[in-house]
Amino acid sequence: MAELMDYDEVLARFDPTLGLEVHVELNTATKMFCACDNSPGGEPNTKVCPVCLGLPGSLPVVNGRAVESAIRIGLALGCSIAPWSRFARKNYFYPDMTKDFQTSQYDEPICFDGHVDLLVDGQTYGIEIERVHMEEDAGKLTHAGASGRIQDADYSLVDYNRAGTPLMEIVTKPIGGLGAHTPDVGRAYLAHLRDLMVALGVSDARMEAGNLRCDVNISLAPKGATELGKRTETKNVNSLRAVEDALRYEIRRQGALLSAGGSVTQETRHWNEQGWTSPGRSKEQAEDYRYFPEPDLVPVAPSAAWIEELRATLPEPPAQRRARLQTQWGFTDLEMRDVVGTSGSLDLIDATVGAGASASSARKWWLGELARRANETDAELADLPITPAQVARVQALVDAGTLTDKLARSVFEGVLAGEGDPDAVVASRGLAVVSDDGALGEAVDAVIAAQPDVADKIRAGKVQAAGALIGAVMKAMRGQADAARVRELILERLA
Amino acid sequence: MAGSPIHTSGVSVALSTEEVARLAGLARITVSAEELATIAPQLDIVLDAVASVSEVANADVTPMTHALPLTNVFRDDVVRPGLTREQALAMAPAVEEDRFRVPRILGEEA
Amino acid sequence: MTDVIRLTAAELGRKIAARELTAVAVTQAFLDQIARNDDAVHAFLYVDAEGALAQAAAVDARLDAGETMGPLAGVPLALKDLFTQAGLPTTAGSRMLQGWRPPYSATVTQRLIDAGIVILGKTNLDEFAMGSSTENSAFGPTHNPWDLARIPGGSGGGSSASLAAFEAPLAMGTDTGGSIRQPASVTGTVGVKPTYGGTSRFGVIAMASSLDQPGPCARTVLDAALLHEVIAGHDPLDSTSIDAPVPPVVEAARSGDVSGMKIGVVTELGGEGYAPGVEQRFGEALDLLRAAGAEIVEVSCPHFSYALGAYYLIMPSEVSSNLARYDGMRYGLRAGDDGSRGTEEVMALTREEGFGAEVKRRIILGTYALSSGYYDAYYGSAQKVRRLIADDFDAAFAQVDVLVSPSTPTTAFRIGERIDDPLAMYKSDLCTIPSNMAGNASGSFPAGLAPEDGLPVGFQVMAPPLADDRVYRVGAALERAVAERDGGVLTDQIAARWVPQAQEA
Repeated sequence: MAELMDYDEVLARFDPTLGLEVHVELNTATKMFCACDNSPGGEPNTKVCPVCLGLPGSLPVVNGRAVESAIRIGLALGCSIAPWSRFARKNYFYPDMTKDFQTSQYDEPICFDGHVDLLVDGQTYGIEIERVHMEEDAGKLTHAGASGRIQDADYSLVDYNRAGTPLMEIVTKPIGGLGAHTPDVGRAYLAHLRDLMVALGVSDARMEAGNLRCDVNISLAPKGATELGKRTETKNVNSLRAVEDALRYEIRRQGALLSAGGSVTQETRHWNEQGWTSPGRSKEQAEDYRYFPEPDLVPVAPSAAWIEELRATLPEPPAQRRARLQTQWGFTDLEMRDVVGTSGSLDLIDATVGAGASASSARKWWLGELARRANETDAELADLPITPAQVARVQALVDAGTLTDKLARSVFEGVLAGEGDPDAVVASRGLAVVSDDGALGEAVDAVIAAQPDVADKIRAGKVQAAGALIGAVMKAMRGQADAARVRELILERLA
Repeated sequence: MAGSPIHTSGVSVALSTEEVARLAGLARITVSAEELATIAPQLDIVLDAVASVSEVANADVTPMTHALPLTNVFRDDVVRPGLTREQALAMAPAVEEDRFRVPRILGEEA
Repeated sequence: MTDVIRLTAAELGRKIAARELTAVAVTQAFLDQIARNDDAVHAFLYVDAEGALAQAAAVDARLDAGETMGPLAGVPLALKDLFTQAGLPTTAGSRMLQGWRPPYSATVTQRLIDAGIVILGKTNLDEFAMGSSTENSAFGPTHNPWDLARIPGGSGGGSSASLAAFEAPLAMGTDTGGSIRQPASVTGTVGVKPTYGGTSRFGVIAMASSLDQPGPCARTVLDAALLHEVIAGHDPLDSTSIDAPVPPVVEAARSGDVSGMKIGVVTELGGEGYAPGVEQRFGEALDLLRAAGAEIVEVSCPHFSYALGAYYLIMPSEVSSNLARYDGMRYGLRAGDDGSRGTEEVMALTREEGFGAEVKRRIILGTYALSSGYYDAYYGSAQKVRRLIADDFDAAFAQVDVLVSPSTPTTAFRIGERIDDPLAMYKSDLCTIPSNMAGNASGSFPAGLAPEDGLPVGFQVMAPPLADDRVYRVGAALERAVAERDGGVLTDQIAARWVPQAQEA
């Protein structure tokens, strides 16, 4: 572990500049350059063909849907779409690349010069997008050896199922002026991209599955300096929390180095899940990738008409959507801020309302019970194994009187534990409110018989004494009764 | 019928054996010292011949990458059967656990 | 049945369709000829006797059942060993791929099979098609049937030699800088490089992607055209394939009418460095075409003299990238894997052992041309020269219907003569390279023998993109006039040497 400086002290002396490169795996049916199945997983080397295996004589053909997705991503990020762009070959030898070059885009990307506004803690931050380009993923290496790590492996094994999966690389321009908010804004940007990919329907955007991968660039310059400092590029930053932590860590590490009169090595670093970065390949020995235009593919030249057609398919811009939903849902500004401040909750509440729940109940569950459970496991709301439809169903059961709020919480617990959908959990855990008047009536009669003095008081008109009897009945029913109905039954009998 | 067969610039490019060794490394080819000594002058001769291209390649000429000006050649996003795993692995030098077995990867942390 | 092997592909196809001959008998006749002569010629790297006979039998069965098939059904063909054919060894003439059997077939291979053409086997070539003599094959050189001490041209020397030695009536080639036309020229056969994108490259082992083009090889113009029609046309698996109708090449080959055609002689493709016999036969060919009604004019294409230089930047650059995949990880040779060496070293040892000298030279040259700091000066400039050459062609085709030149500056040179002098070797392709750079159609046709050495001279016809039919039209006119003058097509003059007489089976 490197020497670290106090975060606030670093920020008092230095201005950080942030840059993010995000790789998004598209969820197209087929790969970028061949008609192989692009769905994740599968038995090793079963989703391959001569093209993605790089066999002699094979040739690539561009997946039209992937180009559409790239253009839609670009438009959603406010980019210009290049009227003419090309693929290039990035030449380097590595056993996970079947052709020993990656087909990518170089100096002619399909989308460029975008802009995104992020709302973080009520403050708006503008992020400039440098480019969005198309490329292909590589195969998957596993390292054979005691540790499973590359450094001390005896040999490696390659599965090429993932080779050729369409990848979109989204690169920001250097983002300065964020000061102490740099980590939060970095995290918010990635959350925004993730939500946007889902809204566009172009990627499953599951970070834990590697659908969204982030490289984090950060440099420090003395306050007021005009030149940027030497930057590090941290790879393998694969959760929202990791982005924030990696940025904070690198800011503190670089701050310590610079303050001690040292300098930052421009290099690639690796994020370790334990919470620190370690050096990778040094940038001084940068590879010579020998880019040149891919001669096996022809230029991509989207017509203005096609671009407009794709623009029409874009989801509503986030700010506009937030305003519309707040009006529809009748939330106060304060309530809405909670929603916007909880990553993913806007979409989840919207979907829950779409599944039939009221906005206030949807908000209550997602920001209450479910947010609490997500926090417990350090997960994102969207990653909880429960769907908006299931939440709406639980609320429907509450509205129908089948569940109390307390019982509903048990149902959520069951669903999250993988016990099935709400109805199944209600059945298997026996959670439904007893609405059978026969069984309830028997319990009421038994309590009245057991406490004749209290019954007499009620008969005499002291209705408030009913509380004691209600409590006894609820206890007898182990909570699975509707207290209001119990009260009704008691008063009926003692009228 | 006149005309010289090839333009040559007369400018000698002269690749050193060190430079050729670096290029061979970049191209992942082990080259012996003897081979280096043969290849370097041969490359010089070729490079000398090709140096002429810069004479006519002005800034106002648009580079031509494809013989014919095709654009937007796309494939529908429809899955088609590829190879079976047996076919995919049949020609591999080494296979283990249905994967291609490759020598250990040194000098990298990825 | 030795008379069978002297028939043209068109005649064979006609007789097979009429059931005067069976495809099996024809195939067997060529297999016998290969067995008799290929030790001396070495045109084939692999003969698939069993597969060929099975294919022929299937054609016979279909024809016997009354099915109508194409004009070349049952006619055998020699396939350059650069085309994949599922299950059969495909080496590209390299030790790197020795023993590799592809799990798929090239589009061209599949179209041949679908047309009932019988594939006899795979022919020899310069390693990964890099060369002009077939001497760069890892499996030994092919010999020119006109003079076994001489080269049959390259890279497709095996295909052209198989035709000249009557081991096959048809052959497939690929042309990156002249690999169809130069071998055709030095073996007295016909070879056409279609318009780039006219034939599919899918499944053809790549040398330089933006230049490679598969094309037909035969002993007559009509045979080449019939084969052209089988293999050409749009292929969705090749992004550079043209989605347009195949030009009417067969009609043009049958017609051969050049009356009123304007033919341009390229000033820059002649003069110093051209053999006297080549110039003489070329001049005579112009006279023959003039006599057939064509108008001959001289046209200047000033940038053609830069073509060779630009070619030797673009081609090696693409080669260095296309051949990166031969790294010993997934297929083919793996050398030096002793369990302790890392991937990087094993890749480098594999590539040292698997590649021959010329391939290494071009890979290193291409790596240099693309490496940082040189891209603009080399690859970028070469792409500009390419534009200038295409502009020259455009300007010329605004004045004339076709352009012509000798196919290659000299006749076949001796085996070993140029192997240590790359630049001398590269000059073999001086006349053919411009059409690869611009992508237009171009063919080589026999123009007679050079008086000084009695070796074949080729006449090149270049037509605008997608006007491949004009190449055949002029080629057919020349073929007709030369046959009238010499008493037959050029290869008839060595038939007696390769086809045993009075051995009727």
